[in-house]
Amino acid sequence: MATLKQLAKREERFVSGHRLCPGCGAGLIARMVMLAIEKPVIVGNATGCLEVASTIFPYSSWNVPWVHSAFENVSASLSGVEAAYRSLKKQGKIDEDVVFVAFGGDGGTYDIGLQSLSGAAERGHKMLYVCYNNQAYMNTGVQRSSATSKGAHTSTSPVGKAIPGKGQFPKDLASIMVAHNIPYVATSIPGRWNDLVNKVEKAVSFNGFTFIDVLSPCRLGWPHEPSITMEIARLAAETCIWPLYEVVEGKYRLTFRPKEKKPITEWFKLQRRFAHLLKPENQPLLEEIQKEVDTKWEALLKKCEG
Amino acid sequence: MGDKKTGWKELPEGDILEGGSSLKFKTGNWRNRRPVHILDKCIHCFICWISCPDNAVRVDSEAGKFKEFDYDYCKGCGICAHECPTQAIEMVDEQEAEK
Ligand code: SF4
Ligand code: SF4
Repeated sequence: MATLKQLAKREERFVSGHRLCPGCGAGLIARMVMLAIEKPVIVGNATGCLEVASTIFPYSSWNVPWVHSAFENVSASLSGVEAAYRSLKKQGKIDEDVVFVAFGGDGGTYDIGLQSLSGAAERGHKMLYVCYNNQAYMNTGVQRSSATSKGAHTSTSPVGKAIPGKGQFPKDLASIMVAHNIPYVATSIPGRWNDLVNKVEKAVSFNGFTFIDVLSPCRLGWPHEPSITMEIARLAAETCIWPLYEVVEGKYRLTFRPKEKKPITEWFKLQRRFAHLLKPENQPLLEEIQKEVDTKWEALLKKCEG
Repeated sequence: MGDKKTGWKELPEGDILEGGSSLKFKTGNWRNRRPVHILDKCIHCFICWISCPDNAVRVDSEAGKFKEFDYDYCKGCGICAHECPTQAIEMVDEQEAEK
């Protein structure tokens, strides 16, 4: 795996001047993913924070060919580009090895883009799909998505007398992707750069569709102090609400095991969207969420041992 | 009816932006705190460099040394200071620093 000093010698392919919020997790993820790849890259970007903030007319922060079409179809658009590339290669018109990377937020991946994601995975296009998962529609005003944590306050699951935040647990998208029998699925965080860089290097070495779900701290929607973006991502892994693992050809492997599994309150207390969960009246809900996290973690450990 | 359909070659092009052109858009004026480097404490680990969402930490990659902050783009988020293992970065009030 590349060291920081080696990475620093590479060309930046996601450059300064984008208008993501100060301390945005998506900016970190985009930079790290692009730094991890040495070959020529073509990027597709679903509608979302990253796309909106990195390509405000007439500027672009992408130093590589980049295509945007709509919210729901980055996987389909990039499938087309990849198929055209394969055809040109077959005709002998291109001989370079090109890597294809799609970026989508959780809205464009878990919800709106799920069918095109599934289609591209099933057809086996050679591309890496990176979901930068900030767990809500942050760009349009913090609406809940199917990736939002249970109990989180969002503008469409507002905490009040009627409900204590979002009522459902998040969709387990990694498992859905594993069920597509693709060669590589992983979860990651920008808080451990080596975890993310390593997984991207691995993913693009496969000849097929690969998927990495990267938790993307959002100082606006979670909200949290911007300086702790990386730390809060690490805390998600240390509390096991966002375990780090990879699934290579169907085989599960844990890539980070916390020395001591922290209670989820450690993660919740740094984010205002969960502030109500720490009040005595919401103790049962807090316990329910902790129990779910524990159950999922145990199940994951079993899969990794098996 | 019977009109020839427009082929893909006749369709208007979408917007095409120049790669990397956001470098022309300076985001440094968003900042209300700025990172200040304390050379004595720095171990040149490059953690701050990889931790900047705005690529505003300049390093000398050949010499393997921290160089400077690029205040044209730094938004003052403070991640670099928070992640630095030796507290070699201090966040200071922008207006104080300007004086
Ligand atoms: S993180 Fe701190 S010690 Fe490491 S290079 Fe940056 S300033 Fe120096
Ligand atoms: S304060 Fe934030 S934007 Fe500025 S150099 Fe540090 S990490 Fe980058």
